[in-house]
Amino acid sequence: MATILEPTIFELSSPGRRGVTMPASDVPKAALPPKNLLRSDLPLPELAEVDVVRHYMKLSKFNYSVDDGFYPLGSCTMKYNPKINEDTCRLPGYLFTHPLQPIETVQGNLALMFEMQEWLKEISGFADVTLQPAAGAHGEFTGVLMMAAYHKSRGDTKRTKMLIPDAAHGTNPASVGMLGFSVITIPSDSRGNVDLKALEAACDDTVVGMMLTNPNTLGMFDENIEKVIELVHKCGGLMYGDGANLNALLGIVRPGDLGFDVMHFNLHKTFSVPHGGGGPGSGPVGVGPVLVDFLPAPLVGIIEEGDEEMAPLYGFVTPKKTIGRMKAFHGHFGGGLVRAYTYIAMHGPDGLKDISQYAVLNANYLQARLRSTYKIPYDRICMHEFVMEGQFEGSDIRALDISKRLMDYNFHPPTNYFPLIVHEALMIEPTETENKDTLDRFADALIKIAEEAKTQPELLHNAPHITPFGRMDEVKAARELVLCCWLPENYVNE
Amino acid sequence: MNAPSNLKYTKSDEWFDPATGAAGISDYAQGQLSDIVFVELLVDEGEEVTIGKAIASVESVKASAEIYAPAAGKVSAVNKGLSDKPETLNSDPYGEGWMIKIAGGSAGDAMDSAAYEKYCEERTH
Repeated sequence: MATILEPTIFELSSPGRRGVTMPASDVPKAALPPKNLLRSDLPLPELAEVDVVRHYMKLSKFNYSVDDGFYPLGSCTMKYNPKINEDTCRLPGYLFTHPLQPIETVQGNLALMFEMQEWLKEISGFADVTLQPAAGAHGEFTGVLMMAAYHKSRGDTKRTKMLIPDAAHGTNPASVGMLGFSVITIPSDSRGNVDLKALEAACDDTVVGMMLTNPNTLGMFDENIEKVIELVHKCGGLMYGDGANLNALLGIVRPGDLGFDVMHFNLHKTFSVPHGGGGPGSGPVGVGPVLVDFLPAPLVGIIEEGDEEMAPLYGFVTPKKTIGRMKAFHGHFGGGLVRAYTYIAMHGPDGLKDISQYAVLNANYLQARLRSTYKIPYDRICMHEFVMEGQFEGSDIRALDISKRLMDYNFHPPTNYFPLIVHEALMIEPTETENKDTLDRFADALIKIAEEAKTQPELLHNAPHITPFGRMDEVKAARELVLCCWLPENYVNE
Repeated sequence: MNAPSNLKYTKSDEWFDPATGAAGISDYAQGQLSDIVFVELLVDEGEEVTIGKAIASVESVKASAEIYAPAAGKVSAVNKGLSDKPETLNSDPYGEGWMIKIAGGSAGDAMDSAAYEKYCEERTH
């Protein structure tokens, strides 16, 4: 039985309390929508402003964020999000505009989007970019739709199989499933690369393409990447790049130059857009020459060239064989694009390269410090992250116990149990924003926890000890899906 | 790890009982998945299955996994109660945790228990 540390906002409600004074209307009066479209039965909470502020302030203290401390959640690139992004995305010109305004009145917004497309092209080596997709998986779906449209446009209708390595993110097979294609899993070899023999055997004229994350989720840059892409292209397939791990490559390698045909960016990973509670993300997609005509519509383009006196006129353009619209408006503009634009502008080309070099250096430093304490099954120079085993010979300690204990040392745990090809996986991505002191404190904590696992295993089994809530019953939470409101009789104070 | 000698095993950790036609997931598989919280059977009685066809989808607190038919033949029974008690797959994978029965099923080149135990050991380290 749990102690209630804070009731829900609905339980704090009391009829008649007010937190808002409505300002005078600044738009002309208009009639309400028809009565049958209106409802009055929504039980909205009624509270004073002070109650609302205190409620959410309390909840925020139970939370842990990148502004609290180190957050090495592998494959999520939980870097610090610079506060200047918050200033720029609140500039009145961005904040108080609407996507349906005439284009002449929002030229600044369109110019930012156009430049963002150009910058992402330059960073990735692709021929064109759409900014529409709302998140990474939405970008994947967009990319796979374009791959399907490409084959269909050539009358090549027997391609139904997508090749996906066993180290892939789970969203890859899910995106493929959305189109009704089947997934062929390609194993990794002993060095963490795509197994070339297995790939070659799977390549035939029924292959839509391959979805590959490079560096992969083991943090390994595929040493045979050019051969992998060549094999896929040789059988007529297209090469999809999952850009989740782009933070390792900025200014060093361009996926478009390697031969990838399509890739999504995660602006909320690589380009410092906050991750939020499941959103809002932003997942632009870049494509090589063969897919340019299939991009979602509209893209932002120059519709009247400018000269020395006049700025160009930006507007919307439609690719020739477009797959259509992927989102009601133009992508996550203020929340995603303006922040990412600011981040790229602040760093510039050399700064972007520094980001990736420090991200890779930090991961390798941590890997080197932990190598003698934890087993690292694919042990070579890593990119921006690495994976180790959260288990010890002759001990019943598991990765989950280590992660929970890390919370007692004020660190967010790494990604657990992913990728699936490593036993008791702990996937660690420090990002470039952490200094050596933080990395050392984290490594010290993990080394101390390994010692505790031997001498006081109960300390790990029962962790965390210092958080508002202790060890959650994850099995009960997953088996008994009761999300209903608070029932007082179910709780007692401890 | 427990692998009864009367059963046959696949590389993807399903078991098949040639005597009764029953099939399910191995003790090794349930241990690797840890606490199983959801199971959905994907085939119905009377359906024909081939080796490798997905017969169930299983989720634990750690991972989700597809379960494949270890033998070919006609599905003669499905364990309908399993979805209400997914934890049975952890507590009794070879008994109450059976998933489907395949009438007259042939298990192809599935492993015997000795070969399967060796295969599991190789993967542990």
